[in-house]
Amino acid sequence: MKHMTRKATRHVNQNEGLIFEKSSPGKAAWKLPPLDVPDVDTAALLGPSERKDLGSMPEVSEIEIIRHFTRLSTWNYAIDLGMYPLGSCTMKYNPRVNELVVRLEGLANGHPYQPERISQGALRIIKTLSECLIEITGMDAITLQPAAGAHGELTGLLMVRAYHESKGDPRKKILIPDSAHGTNPATAAMVGYAVENLKSNARGMVDVAALTSQMNDEVAALMLTNPNTLGVFEQEIHKIAEIMHAKGGLLYMDGANMNALVGKVRPGDFGVDVMHLNLHKTFSTPHGGGGPGSGPVAVKQKLEPFLPTPVPVTKPDGTLGFEYNRPQSVGRVRAFYGNFGMFVRALAYILANGPDGLRQTTEDAVLNANYIRKGLEGVYDLPYSTPSMHEVVFSDKLQARKGVKTMDLAKRLIDYGFHPYTTAFPLIVPGALMIEPTESEPKEELDLFVEAMKSIADEVQEDPQMVLDAPHSTRVSRLDETAAARKPVLRWKPGT
Amino acid sequence: MRYLPKSPADRKAMLQAMGARSIDDLFSPIPAEYRLERDLKVPRQMAESEIVDWFRERSRENGESNATFLGAGAYYHYRPVIIDSLISRGEFLTAYTPYQAEISQGTLQAIFEFQTMICELTGMEVANASMYDGSTAAAEAVMMAVRLTGRRSVIIARSVHPEYREVLTTYAHHQNLPLSTTSFKDNGRLNLEELEKSITPDTACVLIQSPNFFGTIEDANAIADIVHKKGAMLVVSIAEAVSLGIVEPPRRADVIAIEAQSFGVPLGFGGPYCGVIATREQFVRQMPGRLAGQTTDRNGKRGFVLTLATREQHIRREKATSNICTNQALVALMVNIFMTIYGKVGLKELARQNLAKTAYASAQFGKHAKVLFPGSPRFNEFVVQTSEDPYAINSRILGHKIVGGLPLKKFYPELGNAALWCCTELTTRSAIDTAVGLVAESERSMRSAKEEVDAQEVAR
Amino acid sequence: MPFPTDYKYTKEHEWIKANGSNATVGITSYAQESLGDIVFVDLPKPGTEITSGKTFGSVESVKAVSDLYAPVSGTVNEVNGELATTPEKINQDAHSAWMIKITLKDPSQLNSLLSATDYEKFVAEEGGK
Repeated sequence: MKHMTRKATRHVNQNEGLIFEKSSPGKAAWKLPPLDVPDVDTAALLGPSERKDLGSMPEVSEIEIIRHFTRLSTWNYAIDLGMYPLGSCTMKYNPRVNELVVRLEGLANGHPYQPERISQGALRIIKTLSECLIEITGMDAITLQPAAGAHGELTGLLMVRAYHESKGDPRKKILIPDSAHGTNPATAAMVGYAVENLKSNARGMVDVAALTSQMNDEVAALMLTNPNTLGVFEQEIHKIAEIMHAKGGLLYMDGANMNALVGKVRPGDFGVDVMHLNLHKTFSTPHGGGGPGSGPVAVKQKLEPFLPTPVPVTKPDGTLGFEYNRPQSVGRVRAFYGNFGMFVRALAYILANGPDGLRQTTEDAVLNANYIRKGLEGVYDLPYSTPSMHEVVFSDKLQARKGVKTMDLAKRLIDYGFHPYTTAFPLIVPGALMIEPTESEPKEELDLFVEAMKSIADEVQEDPQMVLDAPHSTRVSRLDETAAARKPVLRWKPGT
Repeated sequence: MRYLPKSPADRKAMLQAMGARSIDDLFSPIPAEYRLERDLKVPRQMAESEIVDWFRERSRENGESNATFLGAGAYYHYRPVIIDSLISRGEFLTAYTPYQAEISQGTLQAIFEFQTMICELTGMEVANASMYDGSTAAAEAVMMAVRLTGRRSVIIARSVHPEYREVLTTYAHHQNLPLSTTSFKDNGRLNLEELEKSITPDTACVLIQSPNFFGTIEDANAIADIVHKKGAMLVVSIAEAVSLGIVEPPRRADVIAIEAQSFGVPLGFGGPYCGVIATREQFVRQMPGRLAGQTTDRNGKRGFVLTLATREQHIRREKATSNICTNQALVALMVNIFMTIYGKVGLKELARQNLAKTAYASAQFGKHAKVLFPGSPRFNEFVVQTSEDPYAINSRILGHKIVGGLPLKKFYPELGNAALWCCTELTTRSAIDTAVGLVAESERSMRSAKEEVDAQEVAR
Repeated sequence: MPFPTDYKYTKEHEWIKANGSNATVGITSYAQESLGDIVFVDLPKPGTEITSGKTFGSVESVKAVSDLYAPVSGTVNEVNGELATTPEKINQDAHSAWMIKITLKDPSQLNSLLSATDYEKFVAEEGGK
């Protein structure tokens, strides 16, 4: 390796097996208090429904559990350790005050069915967050029910469908740009719509001429991400919205890239009718290894009647509650009210920022992405010269000449102490490197990243095998994904 | 702003290096007519102490330190302390989805252990790495059965959680899947004769919940017999995961959809929770959600990867088994740690305590009011029917800082003045006795009021 | 790369070897190379009708799924059970790892398919893009 990085190292190399391999009868990590009611004869109470055997569930002590998971944790990369340049994931700092407030007793132990009279705290959180998100998006109404972005897309499209049905014709198709995230077409199919692809133009934006010719009264909506997955703002958004609306269609916006827009521009102002947000991206709720997320859906007034049930309301006496009588609602998309724990965190984030903090956050996010773009221009191929917002997409074209692809470069980046960027997406850029630093990165980290990427580019020229065999410094080397897919082993079995 | 790690000098240096004059240059792609020239109308920036105060006030307004008899799909169990100690580690809390396996082995191994334990508890062969929650897991499990059988209609037991049924209605509506309900008998269990008659050659699956919404344990084997004989699949939803410690799981189900919130996930006013789908190995390619699989690296060392990704949206796009992307990894980790803490012996003991508290409570209530659905085994919930409206009784109970059972009129009007009561290991005898006392008082005064009215009738 | 001359080919990279009114179908070595390590093959059951140009199944690698398109119309008689347990046979020798055996509905449909030479040319052009 050319210049060994000064970057903070990730983890100590621990050796730790599966918890089942430590299990032994008689070990325990639990203790229940004695019963204050009479004990029961389980067999008499349950009869044939009684379970006799809990199989190979483990038996271990508390310290073994602490060590087990602590050791496991040291094998993970995390935002707390360093940058994740993953495109469209917005891996920003997860503030710790969020974790404190969500654990306050009345909020942590609130039962969703407790009487409204003792739920005013939770309801006020829901109301305040809703109002903030409506203001941020420039929309008119919102639901916080969906559990994640994809769930929000489903909810949004259900409302699109309900809207068109109320006008007498649900229509048949959804237009989706070829640069879209996979959840977009998957969701459209779930709602019973056919998917029609919309090509991007040479500048990486929606081809307006194609849109004009493809838009007709069979198209229910266009699902757009803005900025798109190339990190490019759709500069003709006004025309796009007009084309859709002129033929009675709706404009759906995937809000995954809101980190480029908050406080600078509002989707509701540029013609969006319905959109989802990702609280686990833009609004700092933690990724936790893959979730939970939260995917609120904001709408213009014409879609308000179709919001999922129940809808938060202010009663005549000024107290807060839920309204269930919503005849045109699309129904429920999940039990209870949504990922409330994420509402608390997102609201804490908004309160910590205020209007100036939110705007500055967006400015820093865009500044950081463009700084990286400038640093790596010429080192990696830039497929589109269009300006980038909060993320930039390169391709592996220059390196592929030496047989090195984006995934290989990504694996080598691990040796430099970074998590890889998004590889091979968006699909319209073959061999893509999709980089989104977010505002949470100091200049030092960005400089280290650029330095690392430059060093890897040099290695491709001088010692490509080093890159092809990467990573070299991790606990495990490249894992055999083919074997895992051919003969899946999805659980531990006793005796193995 | 304290979350932003750049000084004014840094920003200046960066702009200079980029040859940009100001930040505004970078936002020029946004058409001028849309650029915001004003501040967002959100509350002003708060200091950390102010944020904590604001939420403390909300917590106080949210029934802090009340005892509760509410269940109905969200259960109040003790959360061992080390759950939060461990999941709060930054390497778990702030990690991304484990797509880059070499630097996510912590998350992946934990998922693999989670999948294993769910299989052990449910008697199924494979389990996924979590779905959004029990309600969407049930809906997705039903969709799975529809895909696998190629049949187009679904039967749901009316004793499945009403909100789960609403969710399924929403999901099924746009897939043109006719849904029909099948009812329960006076003992709380499914009416098997009615079920048998309602299954047609077009029935993809029957969805039941066990223990059901009323806390009654269904005869899953008898139901499986009927359902399988007709070539349909049995999907079982389990909303109270703690029941798995002492209630035999439905081993003959084809797909099980679980809400694992009881295993260490806070009530949190309804979410985030933790759904899971478990099924037989032969159906795994139709199962939605992430899966962690065991494999080896180039040196033969054991490791774990996300696998069978070709089912998922980022590859299949419109042909995906579902659109799900994010799962519930952090809460699944809470569930994982909880299952590990209690383990083989503790889960049984925990369930047993739930059973004991409920047996005591239902017997006590039964002395003064009517406990519905006698004659079948139940786990930790039961229905009490009173002469007075349960809302009125609950108002009085609330005065003792106790939240009473869930009034059922809006879901099951035919049950009249009925409420669903839940007792867990955290329910105290004293709370039970207080609640029972107030119900007894209510019955007494309703009886004497009625006697007075009857006496007046006689007098006329 | 040599493509068997007694096979016919499609632009979706399937091959078909006809024998009177019966035929055997698989995917070409070019296809398996583009897909990478094959992990799973989804094939129709015997008795299924397949239609020329429509999908009849799919083949999966770790990171991608490709639909299989019927080169001609017909009825499936036999399915290669080996591919369920050892899909890697396709990577090892795509031209002998047959997927389905069918009875042809209309043997004249074979005439509009590509010969080995035409297919080789087509592949060269596609590879060059």
